[in-house]
Amino acid sequence: MTPDTFTRSQWYAIGRLPDFEGAEAKPVRLLSQDLTVSDAAGVLSVNDADGRSLLTQIRYGHLWTTLSDTPRPLYDVPEFDEPDRRLVTAGGVGVRCSGLRCVENFLDMAHFPFVHTDILGVEEHPSVESYDVSMDAEKDEIWATKCKFFQPMASAAASGGQMTEYKYRVPHPYSTILYKTCPIREDVWDLVGLFIQPVEEDECIVHSFILVFDEENTDTGLLHFQQNIFLQDRMILENQVPRKLPLDPRWELPTRADASSIAYRRWLKANELQWGVALFNEAA
Amino acid sequence: MKLFDYVLSGNCYKIRLLLDFLELSHEKQAVDFFPGREHKSDAFLQINPLGQIPVLEDDGAYIRDAQAILVHLASRYDPTGTWWPVNDPSQLGRVAQWLAFADSITSTASAARLHDVLGYDLDVAQARAGAHKLFRVLDDHLANQELQGFNWIAGSRPTVADIACFPYVALAGDGGIELFYYPAIQRWIRRFVNLPRFKLMPGINIFD
Ligand SMILES: N[C@@H](CCC(=O)N[C@@H](CS)C(=O)NCC(=O)O)C(=O)O
Ligand SMILES: [Fe+2]
Repeated sequence: MTPDTFTRSQWYAIGRLPDFEGAEAKPVRLLSQDLTVSDAAGVLSVNDADGRSLLTQIRYGHLWTTLSDTPRPLYDVPEFDEPDRRLVTAGGVGVRCSGLRCVENFLDMAHFPFVHTDILGVEEHPSVESYDVSMDAEKDEIWATKCKFFQPMASAAASGGQMTEYKYRVPHPYSTILYKTCPIREDVWDLVGLFIQPVEEDECIVHSFILVFDEENTDTGLLHFQQNIFLQDRMILENQVPRKLPLDPRWELPTRADASSIAYRRWLKANELQWGVALFNEAA
Repeated sequence: MKLFDYVLSGNCYKIRLLLDFLELSHEKQAVDFFPGREHKSDAFLQINPLGQIPVLEDDGAYIRDAQAILVHLASRYDPTGTWWPVNDPSQLGRVAQWLAFADSITSTASAARLHDVLGYDLDVAQARAGAHKLFRVLDDHLANQELQGFNWIAGSRPTVADIACFPYVALAGDGGIELFYYPAIQRWIRRFVNLPRFKLMPGINIFD
């Protein structure tokens, strides 16, 4: 299947800047297409298999490209410009499932106690309290707010359990960012996010980042915290069947589907997204 | 005592396991193996010219190679003398044999995992095929041991050989290697995760 218009019109992160230092036609795969990245004296360029040069931009610590000549603008994350914040980019991790599934898993707090046991949740506090979901119509993005969850170790800087407040944002079919209570500063949020590079309909590379206030941990300490958590997710993601996102109403909605997941699926449908979606009659 | 550690490394996990089993107090220094390739930096090459983790610093000396570190820790700090059974010479050769086997698991099953998870450029089909050959050998051996009433690789107690073989076998699924065909390996994994003070690493699947 060729990517639908909504999928094709997006910008995608394909790696961190240092990953392309000195690159000479380094292969990269995006939306089932072979691309190459080259570094000419610090200027990165991306070409498709026919040698056509694609649009690029450098933002949020990553190189972004698009298959479209008239892409939708890349969403703004103003927190990247705030002084004092620490940015740690965790590198791309391959996952054998649709990137859409990674977004959905990221939004789902119910998995914390079972997948991130004793870090992001404890088995004695498994329930998710209700929260608000809204559409920002102007920016065409989803926000889930007032999410609360008891966390024994909300971040590398946490020194004990806390009730953590969350906001989730989905500004792009393959990106999601969470804003969580900063354990060491009041009235600010720590950010954790995924920039997903869809490789095939059922395979992706997840570029994750954290953008936090933390005075105690080294960058490498933060990196280990983040990678450990993401590898816990990876195993769960790879065990989901089917590997693509089941959007067809004939699929039984998994019982864990909650308000943000329903909003995400509705939004994908409203935008007529089809690439990466499991068809009911091609059961895995 | 300080371990140069990477959270996603199965070889570092071997050392973390034994440090926990023996309840040894230690520090960890986080190495940015991925994406930073810190193990290939000039500073790290001073610590290990092979550019590999894990490395253990103990009494001012650096020891590299997971299997060597296991032997060092067990022979020096295990009061029971069972993890590296020095008092049982008939066992030692066997344990050493499976330590060498563990390193071949690293070059096959771990390579497949590096390819699938971290995008390393290598021949993954060959890595997986190599892992399956080794797993067949290990599965047959463990089944044989069970027939003789032994639950572990070198006899009736777990040794450093079990620790050395465990991580990349248990993490094989990360690299697209199914453990479905290896029932004795699956039973051994289930026994291993029930050892006192065992800690799980992400990627290890213990269904049922
Ligand atoms: N024989 C060594 C192998 C260690 C090894 O392969 N470590 C990996 C990380 S788990 C590594 O540092 N690889 C980098 C390289 O080999 O260049 C051991 O058992 O410690
Ligand atoms: Fe998770």
